[in-house]
Amino acid sequence: MAKRTFKIWRGNAEGGEFVTYETDITEGMVVLDAIHQIQSESANDLAVRWNCKAGKCGSCSMEINGKPKLSCMTRMNSMPATGEIVIQPMKAFPVVKDLVCDVSYNYERNKMIPPFSPRPREADGTHRMVQDDVDRIQEFRKCLECFLCMDVCHVHRDHGKQKEFSGPRWMIRLASLEMHPLDIVDRIPLIKKEHGSGYCNITRCCTEVCPEHINITDNGIIPLKERVVDRFYDPIAMLMRKVFGPRKPHKKLPVIND
Amino acid sequence: MASSPETLPGGHIIGLGETRRKDNWWASPIMTVVYIGAALAYGTWAAFQGDHYQAGPYLTPLYSPTTLADPAAIGGAGGGYGHVWFGNFPSWWPSFIPASPALLILPLPGFLRLTCYYYRKAYYRSFMGTPPGCSVEGVLKGQYGGETKLFLWQNFHRYALYLALIYNVILFYDAGISFFYKGSFGVGVGSIILLVNASLLASYSFGCHSFRHLFGGRLDCFTCDSPSKAQHSTWKFATWFNERHMQVAWISLGFVMFTDIYIRSVSHGIIPDLNTWGANMSAAARPAAAALGL
Ligand code: SF4
Ligand code: SF4
Ligand code: FES
Ligand code: FES
Repeated sequence: MAKRTFKIWRGNAEGGEFVTYETDITEGMVVLDAIHQIQSESANDLAVRWNCKAGKCGSCSMEINGKPKLSCMTRMNSMPATGEIVIQPMKAFPVVKDLVCDVSYNYERNKMIPPFSPRPREADGTHRMVQDDVDRIQEFRKCLECFLCMDVCHVHRDHGKQKEFSGPRWMIRLASLEMHPLDIVDRIPLIKKEHGSGYCNITRCCTEVCPEHINITDNGIIPLKERVVDRFYDPIAMLMRKVFGPRKPHKKLPVIND
Repeated sequence: MASSPETLPGGHIIGLGETRRKDNWWASPIMTVVYIGAALAYGTWAAFQGDHYQAGPYLTPLYSPTTLADPAAIGGAGGGYGHVWFGNFPSWWPSFIPASPALLILPLPGFLRLTCYYYRKAYYRSFMGTPPGCSVEGVLKGQYGGETKLFLWQNFHRYALYLALIYNVILFYDAGISFFYKGSFGVGVGSIILLVNASLLASYSFGCHSFRHLFGGRLDCFTCDSPSKAQHSTWKFATWFNERHMQVAWISLGFVMFTDIYIRSVSHGIIPDLNTWGANMSAAARPAAAALGL
């Protein structure tokens, strides 16, 4: 059993301060356990959001020693052996109290995305998809909506461009719809303009912090950027579309081998 | 302890390079600056030399394809030695610019790497500080436009790729002819280096995000008809390389420079090339093309 010192930020949107706590750490503890222990020992009014303690609900996001992390998945033995552990709420969202942020920006941004709209059903009344076609987008379905990627994205975090750019979580949701074999909505102009794909400079911090290891940049944002190039920046592709007309999506149905 | 004026609610410090991170986040941007800086410095130096770029059947990749040559250059191509596309440098070539064929072709791979989706991360972070590290405060507060304004030209990356694919074929051609010296087949350390170099640069192109998009990624349905099924295969092929694009980017950049250093050193006679022909590949072993009266 070893005592460790925690510097936890306490306050609200108006301001606050770091308060220092000490607590005993036993084997197997995660940072969230330590925070709960502090809460019960010496800070009953410490606000912290959590739910599953299994890295699946995405509610316990915070900054631990300056890094956006899920506190329930950050083991105490992964911390430096000595020195205080600094705990802060996420920077890119307004603080409500202590470690709790208001993440409602995300829900507003989500509303700007036209929902999944499949093509008409086949004659026998079913929708058919092939695994090979959905492999790509299943990766994005792993998202927990922990918003750590949104917190670390410098476009929001440093530059406050929340209006101009929707951020990585919403780029991969857009990618999962855009690449969907059944979906028929064209979101490319929206991705460029309203969601601001050009603001991402692919510096990959979102990918580095994602607890689900979703390859946000390489598999989501860059493919979207390439589709935006097809539509708006590539003179040859634009000329081909003028001459031959736009590519007809899903002319044929996927071939199912019974 | 009240929160000081330079922190935000949440205790985040404001100011360039400020962070609560405790690890050595600055190590990787510094290494990037050193590595890219060294490659740029060496590449520029080598490109301005204009000589010792050909040793026996080996042509350094920095000078390939040799479009124009200076026949007076020692260890250079021209005058029937090596392969030159369009003959000698014209007489009006300004004397203050070295008659170096590298200067004519290096902008192309330079543009590919400049607009590469991987190198963009590397230099936006290390050279431009947008951001210098993850959850580390960066520069350009409020004026940041990403790739929407000043950096719109990044969207032309695929055109650099098209040219690079041609360049890849030329480098394999160079590697191929390096196995033939004075008409006979053989192997030298130089030929193996050239083959490895051409393969690394091809792997770099195959892992390009634009390549992955153009050869399949742009489709929503990979199984709808036989052309899209074929593109599913090319997309999977590109994805394999794409997952290793960063590593290949670093290794291939270093290897191009290494290849140039090797061939340049052989041409200068600093190191001998081991080969099955038993030939001395240094420039001293053959007269410059001009001396032959060619
Ligand atoms: S890669 Fe793009 S979306 Fe991800 S953190 Fe960087 S700027 Fe933000
Ligand atoms: S993409 Fe990853 S980091 Fe972003 S919200 Fe989803 S799970 Fe969290
Ligand atoms: S508490 Fe659910 S992810 Fe941490
Ligand atoms: S060469 Fe790196 S992404 Fe195209």
